[in-house]
Amino acid sequence: MEAVSLNSLLWVGAVLFVCGVICMTTKRNAIGVLIGVELVLNGANLNFVAFSRYSPLALDGQVAAIFVIVLAAAEAAVALAIAMNFYNCHLSIDVDRGDELHG
Amino acid sequence: MSVALFWLFAILACGGAISVVLCQNVSRMAASLILCLASVAVLYFLLGADFVGATQLMVYVGGTVVLLIFGIMLTSSSPSHQLRTSPADGFLAAGIGVLFLAIVAFTIGGVDWAANSQKLAAAEPARQGQQQQDLSHGMTTRPLALALMGVRPDKPGAGGYLLPFEIVSVHLLVVLIGAAYLARTKRRVVENQ
Amino acid sequence: MQLLSAESWLAQLLNSTSLPDLFNALTSIQLGPVPLAIIHTLLIGAVFGLPAGVFIWAERKVSGRIQDRLGPTRTGGRFGWLQSLADGLKLIQKEDLAPSAADKALFFAAPTVVVVASFLAYMFLPFSDGWAAVGVDVGLFLILGLLALEVIGVILAGYSSGSKWALFGAMRESAQMVSYEIPMGICALIPIVLAGTLDLNEVVRLQVGSFADFRATGIPPFFNWFFFHPVGWLAFICYFVCATASCKRAPFDLAEAESELVAGFLTEYSGMRWSFFFLAEYASMFLVSGIAVSLFLGGWDDGFGIVHGLKENGQGLLGNLLGALIFTMKASKLVLVQIWVRWTLPRIRIDQVMETCLKYLIPIACALFLAATIYPLALAQTLGRPQLTPTKPLGDRTSISQNTDRPDSTQSVASKGVAE
Repeated sequence: MEAVSLNSLLWVGAVLFVCGVICMTTKRNAIGVLIGVELVLNGANLNFVAFSRYSPLALDGQVAAIFVIVLAAAEAAVALAIAMNFYNCHLSIDVDRGDELHG
Repeated sequence: MSVALFWLFAILACGGAISVVLCQNVSRMAASLILCLASVAVLYFLLGADFVGATQLMVYVGGTVVLLIFGIMLTSSSPSHQLRTSPADGFLAAGIGVLFLAIVAFTIGGVDWAANSQKLAAAEPARQGQQQQDLSHGMTTRPLALALMGVRPDKPGAGGYLLPFEIVSVHLLVVLIGAAYLARTKRRVVENQ
Repeated sequence: MQLLSAESWLAQLLNSTSLPDLFNALTSIQLGPVPLAIIHTLLIGAVFGLPAGVFIWAERKVSGRIQDRLGPTRTGGRFGWLQSLADGLKLIQKEDLAPSAADKALFFAAPTVVVVASFLAYMFLPFSDGWAAVGVDVGLFLILGLLALEVIGVILAGYSSGSKWALFGAMRESAQMVSYEIPMGICALIPIVLAGTLDLNEVVRLQVGSFADFRATGIPPFFNWFFFHPVGWLAFICYFVCATASCKRAPFDLAEAESELVAGFLTEYSGMRWSFFFLAEYASMFLVSGIAVSLFLGGWDDGFGIVHGLKENGQGLLGNLLGALIFTMKASKLVLVQIWVRWTLPRIRIDQVMETCLKYLIPIACALFLAATIYPLALAQTLGRPQLTPTKPLGDRTSISQNTDRPDSTQSVASKGVAE
């Protein structure tokens, strides 16, 4: 892996991140939005691990990555429970229909 | 060989991410997400972060994504019914995405990471002279476990992560109870209807 | 390419302990990483494919005997031992069908996901000392993670079939597999806590006892196995129940409850893709048995110090071959127990399956885990040593692992030194 530069890893992370952001903004399905969040977190995580390898950050980056993975699982569980409640109220998973609070 | 493997799995990860954006069918999106996350796990292994890679497989691919697929199964009213974004929104999002990528790329290209690393190393005079453990070949389980318990043999003088570890564990418990509660109330609402 | 004299070739052959060494010795060629990887892959492929063939035949024979029949008798001689091969040939010739309502790409990808997941897990199984294709620090964790991937294949298969039977079967199956992974993981962690490492190879090395110890203390070497630890045998039973359930074997085979669900997530599959699921099922039966053997039953250790003695006296290859044979025998025995259980016990209802896991197995596993951590501490307080027998404590048995030369043993010893 010495021949692979830090920049190429950061590029992969950037592509994942941007894809996630686009996914979050364009999908109308609540689960699709969640999938976008997972992509964003993975892009960030890849950067953490890359920096842990290529900089004196060492293990700190990997510890951060583990925390992110664990918290992402927690976030997915809660968000999914909310999505289920949303589905039960509207009988649809379309996030555009959750606009009753804008007065 | 590891360079070729890196490019193969980097392309697979990016391809998976892009097909998540392009797919309109939610189950296809989940399948692409699995491809993307598994390739990222392989990238972690290639980077020598074997424990993080294993965690990614176990928690992310085996746990979170399964949860998402359960969500898809429980909420899809009919397989043919798909929620499409309007083409105008799609173009707008694509434009913004490309601009965003350009900004990130500008940052990646503009920073001299090697010089930054040297500055970082120089800014920590206490740790100079002491040998840092080489983590590039894996074997990270023991150092990681010790770091989570608050001891840092790999990097003498650095802080451990005992407090964040405890906070995360309490947080997980709260989330467990909260998610179970949310999922329970939903069932009562259905009965009332 | 460098040819050696016959004498030194033989000496090298007998001294080789790890698989790469063995290949280098056999061929007298220093192999690069790519050919070595290919050889490893082919070997694991053989090990992965064989259990399916052998155990499907064994299952039919055992079920036949239990039901007072003969089982297969014709194909390949009196005992029908070519039956699996003949079945396989028939299945390959069948048409590759997909229902019109199916999501074709996912429908075709699902069996591959299941097979690849359980194939990858074989990479980290230590068949003998150092004979794991990839010896990594996080071996057990990775195996459990890869087994978790099988669930995804099952869900994809059920969801993409476009059939309600398949969907119901997949929902039941995935709920069962995800739930049973929790107590299974906790039970597998108990020997890990006792040994202090996630590397399966190291866990087995800690259980190996030598004949010299036997003569000195009078305690048979197999008492080192974690099965004979006061908590260990309970953990083993708990693990084995969970492993049976996570392989979707009877009495937990709800997905294939023919009377109510046709064939669960397999309903729409036929031919080669259907047999992929069975290949993966039998392979993962052998896999979970192999993990149980490594964690609780001493892995390649014969229990009387023979393998250890052979390796001590410079017969590394012989010892390792014997070890691999012993490991395979032990794991096969456990698979036979799974087959025996399947044809003895009736299937239980789905709510009973989930209840068994969530209300009984998880609390039991947690209590055992707590007991395993408290037990050495309590003994240290009362007896002054962390275990009942006056032998060396388990965690300090590193002298065995230092003697044998494993490529990365220097690293692990170094990291232990850092830890202390």
